[in-house]
Amino acid sequence: MVVINSIEKGIVIDHIKAGNGAKILNYLNIDTAKYSVAFLMNASSNQFGKKDVIKIDKVTDIDLAVLGLINPDCTVNIIEDHVIVKKIKPTLPETVSNVIKCKNPRCVTSVEANAPHIFHLINPETREYQCEYCDDIVSMKGDNLDAILRK
Amino acid sequence: MLAGRSLLEPMDFTVEEMDEIFALADRIIDDPKKYAHACDGKLLATLFYEPSTRTRFSFEAAMLRLGGQVIGFSEPNSSSAAKGESIADTIRTIACYADIAAMRHPKEGAPKVAARSAGIPVINAGDGGHQHPTQTLTDLLTIHRERGSFENMTIGLCGDLKFGRTVHSLIKALSRYENVKFVLISPEELRVPEYVRREVLEKNNIPYREVERMQEVLPELDLLYMTRIQRERFFNEEDYVRLKDSYILDAEKMELGKENMMVLHPLPRVNEIAVEVDKDPRALYFKQAKYGMFVRMALIMSLLGIEG
Repeated sequence: MVVINSIEKGIVIDHIKAGNGAKILNYLNIDTAKYSVAFLMNASSNQFGKKDVIKIDKVTDIDLAVLGLINPDCTVNIIEDHVIVKKIKPTLPETVSNVIKCKNPRCVTSVEANAPHIFHLINPETREYQCEYCDDIVSMKGDNLDAILRK
Repeated sequence: MLAGRSLLEPMDFTVEEMDEIFALADRIIDDPKKYAHACDGKLLATLFYEPSTRTRFSFEAAMLRLGGQVIGFSEPNSSSAAKGESIADTIRTIACYADIAAMRHPKEGAPKVAARSAGIPVINAGDGGHQHPTQTLTDLLTIHRERGSFENMTIGLCGDLKFGRTVHSLIKALSRYENVKFVLISPEELRVPEYVRREVLEKNNIPYREVERMQEVLPELDLLYMTRIQRERFFNEEDYVRLKDSYILDAEKMELGKENMMVLHPLPRVNEIAVEVDKDPRALYFKQAKYGMFVRMALIMSLLGIEG
């Protein structure tokens, strides 16, 4: 069994659906960070059978908006002095830039490489977003996330 | 204030701002000579990445009749786009020369990308199957001139409602007026896109229904908006043969319509309106084309901040 020590200060993203952890890491843009990051895949979980876990050492101010999109059921614990001081429930961001890619082949983002892919939340219940440029609607539900996510 | 702004989709302007444009268009129609030098020394760039005769001519005629000048290209092969230049770079360069730009592009949202980098007003002259707001201004000015009000209307939209950008823009614009109902007449495969149905019609509680045949709804319409339906848009030949006559307006069908029903069409027409309908006083589509030039004159002046 792999053991990763507890952290004194930082963020623990727990209960990530097994397989989603790598996607989340990608969007958090922490691969070039100076602090330590522990990424645990396929850890055993009473709730899910298997789960991924991310522990980020020393920082507590990372933009976690993408979590609500990719894995809304995960839990975020903010740690200080080895104790959980805050639990955050991920919510759907109102606007996301360069996270979702537009699937409409007629959308300008398919040809204009430098145009940011911007989507706005239009319905939190159905988890639907609308493209800023062509108005195409995508749902962030289900298992088709790989086709929708940009990275 | 409309000065310095862009027009990318009809909802960019409030109802009051639209009214300002129509009021200026009315004044231009009443006394065009008075405006013959309104845009002296100003330059319009027409960036047409897709063929168009009517819209481009309409923009160019509008600027020339205001005393301004026009530069531009009418196909991407004659521009730096053929060399792979981005939309953002093209517009940034053209903005160094021109005061205002009109852009048609096959990709949806291209004028929005341009407007972000331009620093001058950008007018969407049609983007893919998405929006065509100056056609909407044209349609609305026609209704304003011929009917006087946008309220209390049952509007039938007929033809290719899926890829018909003029239809999407018109529904959006008319959805802001009181007691407007829509009857959407098209084959099942060519119904309005989901975002129009949900984000415009259902969100604003606007009554609408979708039907396959024109004949059954003609008697209730105050406005019939015809669009071209292309044979290749049908999924199969059987449906095309079964339904094609339902989307052709002729003198016999006109008899089913109200005495004051307005018939509009963004043009070009192929065979969806029989030529015999042209002499019916309710057929307004050629008048509509002329209003298109006047409303673009009013739009150009407004965006350039020229008092009129």
